[in-house]
Amino acid sequence: MRNSWIICRKEMGSYFASPVAYLLLTMFALIFGFFFWNALGFFVFEGMEMQMRGQQFPMNLNEQIIRPLLSNVSVVGLFFIPMITMRLFAEEKRTGTIELLATSPVRDLEIILGKWLAAVGLYCCLLLFTALNFAFLFRYGNPDWKPLAAGYLGLLLQAGALLAIGTFISTLTKNQIIAGAATFGVCLLLWVLEWVSAYETTTWSKVLSYMSIITHFESFARGTFDTKDAVFYITVIFLGLFFTARSLESLRWRS
Amino acid sequence: MFLPCPVPVWTGIDSRVVRCRETTNMIQVKNLTKRYARTTAVDHISFEIAKGRIVGFLGPNGAGKTTTMRMLTCFLPPSEGTATVAGLDVVEQPLEVKKRIGYLPETPPIYPEMETGEYLNFVGKLKGLAGADLRRRIDYVCDRCAIGDVRNKLLGKLSKGYRQRVGLAQAIIHNPDVLILDEPTAGLDPKQINETRDLIKGLAGDHTIVLSTHILPEVEQTCEQVIIINGGKLVATDSVSNLRTRARGAESVLLEVAGRNGTLEAPIVQHKLEQVPGVSRVLCREQVDSRALFEVESQKGRLVRGDLARAVVECGWDLNELRPAAMSLEEIFLQLTGTEPSTEAESVAAVEAHS
Repeated sequence: MRNSWIICRKEMGSYFASPVAYLLLTMFALIFGFFFWNALGFFVFEGMEMQMRGQQFPMNLNEQIIRPLLSNVSVVGLFFIPMITMRLFAEEKRTGTIELLATSPVRDLEIILGKWLAAVGLYCCLLLFTALNFAFLFRYGNPDWKPLAAGYLGLLLQAGALLAIGTFISTLTKNQIIAGAATFGVCLLLWVLEWVSAYETTTWSKVLSYMSIITHFESFARGTFDTKDAVFYITVIFLGLFFTARSLESLRWRS
Repeated sequence: MFLPCPVPVWTGIDSRVVRCRETTNMIQVKNLTKRYARTTAVDHISFEIAKGRIVGFLGPNGAGKTTTMRMLTCFLPPSEGTATVAGLDVVEQPLEVKKRIGYLPETPPIYPEMETGEYLNFVGKLKGLAGADLRRRIDYVCDRCAIGDVRNKLLGKLSKGYRQRVGLAQAIIHNPDVLILDEPTAGLDPKQINETRDLIKGLAGDHTIVLSTHILPEVEQTCEQVIIINGGKLVATDSVSNLRTRARGAESVLLEVAGRNGTLEAPIVQHKLEQVPGVSRVLCREQVDSRALFEVESQKGRLVRGDLARAVVECGWDLNELRPAAMSLEEIFLQLTGTEPSTEAESVAAVEAHS
């Protein structure tokens, strides 16, 4: 565990020593800021309109701002995750530093866990920016914090799963661009798989939509914790990291 | 499946010495083989390295040096055979082996975005050091490898020589028993090469060092023992001086003879020299005016220098020069790895292997 922590800290250092982390954080802050401003503007506009019409529809910050925003974050995350994971192993393979890690008294699993944790850590930094925006809702309104917490948990689980997949893909190539592009493709595919459920009700469409990463986020966005969905994400994390370990091992046999 | 090594392995004159020190063998390799899908990179290599030695791992590019080193460092698993480091098997106890090995790959494994001190700190922790111990070792390796002045510089901005030294510092940070250096002087300028060699020599007392190279003078200057491989096969393993004296099985001397009256019939001289008892072969290397240079090989165990000198003087010629012809490692190497290996060296090797 100590070794994982050492590697995790080194990876975090690498993210923040290069422009990668700052670029991702800036872009994410801008995009999410826009979403937030947009959602809040719409919420205020709707509220005023209702008052003018004298209608008494219940206005709810959780339902009308937090829930759609969390869904947005989960989709925007799909675009950011390849950029987080693409360098993890591809860069080490290209520069040859993988030889240092592989000949140090460290287990493969510790290396993988350390790198994955660093990726999750960077994603947490992204989420911090959303928390900053949501803090304004708590300052000027009174949304319920429990659904928000569930939403964040869902985001973390979902990101953890995608990051594990990205880590695996990063072990397959020396080229960061290829790793990034492939991860992006897989992320996108896992998102759109769910669309078949809109017009198909056969078994295979159910299976496909079950495999979609986004389907399982809906319960979290609603503010509920569904064990079924949590188990799905955790399974994907395990599978991703397991395949990473196998791939790292096979590197040694093939190289 | 056990295959006897197809190439006669040349065990040196001091194999007895090595044998009685067997208990202190740091590295022991037996029938080590690495096969890839289509090629065999390393083919049944066996050798032993005693503790505290500097050993040169010599071979042309693509001979299997790096692959062998990678197997020793647990980076690659062998397809067949065993290798032990400090008595620990590389397949069964990789973590323990890795703790005892410092490895410098061909390109120093550095992270360009890290500072030197930060990097050494990271590697030290990775190798299991911590706290005051780690700080002391960092100070020590910075001092030893002369990188103290770049401790706060980004590795990406360092020159090749500094990177190499940081790589070396990284390899010795945990004070390993065995140092494995893959072409440590590749790509350095002559001054840096000398500095690196001196550094490596200085490390020899505390560590057993295996360094690979395809540069022969490097081995002559740095190493005590040579392991020559070619095409994945072991060609020879011996000490540098033994290799040199035994490459031809016998002593060979260079002899410059000059005629008194301005003329010299080289064939006559050659004939005369050949008649000296104990001489097995005489070659006329070059002739300029009345001077001629001969290379005389004597039979094993015969000292012929005195007789040669007498023969020359008695015939009325001048003896300008008489010196032993030390065979350069380069020649030995070419003999051993060349496409047409000298039959003599081969037969000597064969005799040695079977005796």
